[in-house]
Amino acid sequence: MLAFILRRLAQALVVMLTVAFIAFMLFQYVGDPVTNLLGQDATPEQRLKLRTDLGLDEPFPVQFARFVGNAAQGEFGLSLRQGRKVSALIAERFPATLELAATAALIGLALGIPLGVYAALKRGSFMSQVVMTGSLLGVSLPNFLIGILLILVFAVVLKWLPSFGRGEVLAIGPITTGLLTWDGIKHLLLPALTLSLFPMTLVLRLVRSEMLEVLRTDYIKFARARGLPDRSIYFRHALKNTLVPVITIAGLQLGAIIAFAIVTETVFQWPGMGLLFIQAVQFADVPVMAAYLCLIALIFVVINLVVDLLYFAVDPRLRIERSAAGH
Amino acid sequence: MALSAPGGGAAAARALARFFDGDVWFSFRTSPVAIVASLIAALCMFCAVMAPWIAPHNPLDLASLDLIDARLPPAWMAEGRSKYLLGTDDQGRDILSALMYGSRISLFVGLASVLLSVVFGVGLGLLSGYAGGRVDAFIMRVCDVMLSFPSILIALLIDGVGRALFPNAHDTLAFTVLIIAISLTGWVQYARTVRGSTLVERQREYVQAARVIGVSPARIMRRHVLPNVLGPVLVLATIHIATAIITEATLSFLGVGVPPTSPSLGTLIRVGQDFLFSGEWWITIFPGLVLVMIALSVNLLGDWLRDALNPRLR
Repeated sequence: MLAFILRRLAQALVVMLTVAFIAFMLFQYVGDPVTNLLGQDATPEQRLKLRTDLGLDEPFPVQFARFVGNAAQGEFGLSLRQGRKVSALIAERFPATLELAATAALIGLALGIPLGVYAALKRGSFMSQVVMTGSLLGVSLPNFLIGILLILVFAVVLKWLPSFGRGEVLAIGPITTGLLTWDGIKHLLLPALTLSLFPMTLVLRLVRSEMLEVLRTDYIKFARARGLPDRSIYFRHALKNTLVPVITIAGLQLGAIIAFAIVTETVFQWPGMGLLFIQAVQFADVPVMAAYLCLIALIFVVINLVVDLLYFAVDPRLRIERSAAGH
Repeated sequence: MALSAPGGGAAAARALARFFDGDVWFSFRTSPVAIVASLIAALCMFCAVMAPWIAPHNPLDLASLDLIDARLPPAWMAEGRSKYLLGTDDQGRDILSALMYGSRISLFVGLASVLLSVVFGVGLGLLSGYAGGRVDAFIMRVCDVMLSFPSILIALLIDGVGRALFPNAHDTLAFTVLIIAISLTGWVQYARTVRGSTLVERQREYVQAARVIGVSPARIMRRHVLPNVLGPVLVLATIHIATAIITEATLSFLGVGVPPTSPSLGTLIRVGQDFLFSGEWWITIFPGLVLVMIALSVNLLGDWLRDALNPRLR
């Protein structure tokens, strides 16, 4: 167990260092930091002085170590485009993305699980075929197109919901949230729904196949033989056992949702990290790109690690399988 | 399969005859979904490839544009004109022609990325499976890391780095960067599949026989192992075409894809989005429809191919 945790930690560390290295290389070879800071018409003496001050004349490993040290403290320098501290920019945008991603994940779970259970119980019925075909369509439709369709229907034709921005937000300390105002919730609805389609489809299909699997097992037959009511069999006995993999996948997908938020945020002009990143890519704003990259990598690595450990703790069978597989 | 037939015309004809007599063709004939999907895909392909010859207007020729014709609705609506079947955009460009040229670019980028992914992935997979040891461990670790990030993020990152490295890149270079970005996100699945099959194949007698008579490893991999591991790659590649086209559309929609001078479907959707609120839905909805049609038909074809080539499912 301890060896497993240590190995996973080491792997996570290697991934983080690799990502940090890529980010560092970005800084090194894309654009000249001295020119960025001093402008084009600085004298050679000024350049040399800044070069020494910044430690750019030191050996490569030393510079990399300093970069990692700074990055670990959230220090990525100034945005080339906006001239503000990258850490401040990210901190400002992070709550918006988190709000969007968390709402989308919740909608995905809240709709995906019941629909999946329904599709499994009423297998072959017309409605469940509609659900399954719909979910296939959800997979093959590109996310941004779904967003545009939702805007067309709910914002342009019906005029029920706003289609861009966050609306009215409340500040609680450094964090802003739109969840506490009616206007904010109205603005959140369309983007969250768009973003939730992907996890929803995933959860729906997973719950359906797991339920079909579980419903075939002996203990369900036994529960039926005992004369338990259907509701109790389906929800207390069957669904409970499908939830372990579902929660794992949902957890793992949280990172993917944050990444997919880039697209949704662009469609709805949602002022989150994704929009910040896209603008950084368009304008080759290296510090912002590097910071976003490191942050996303960190989120992914932490989620992967936590899920792995949880899985390990929840399901004792895995311990045997894992050690047998030589992991 | 007709593809692997070596030699002259007679051999090809024989292979073709065998193909039409075989299981795969039978399964195709009896699957309405596959027939419809392949017809749609073929139609899109035809329009895309033949765009310069069959498109009613040339959307890239700025001289032929007339602002008086701007924002015309499709021909069947009250203000539409029969000259512009699907209407025009804000610059008076014919939507139908723009769609044909756009899908040409989308398909080109998609196919090129898939081809590059396949070459890269199959090569690394063969190497990984055949060489084993450290090489194998290293390649598989890289795969693990790649798989733990969503592909769109990796494509965006590579694209971003490319843009930062060549800030004033001309169009050809922008295309190259885009294709490389998309293909670098897709090679992992080929590498893993091919590695798996290679591990099995290298234990077979024919490989050992080749090794014993002193055939070089490179030649064994290329001439002996490769033909035997390509089956699943074909299926993966078909489905991957749809994914690659959607990735391209997404990147172009985000404004970091193909250069604006040669608009793909994603670019058309991006441009059209601004006109949704003034009621000009056709500028963005038609490119979206075409994109979905291509992606869906290719996906369905891939699904069918997977079932048809897998004898266990029959």
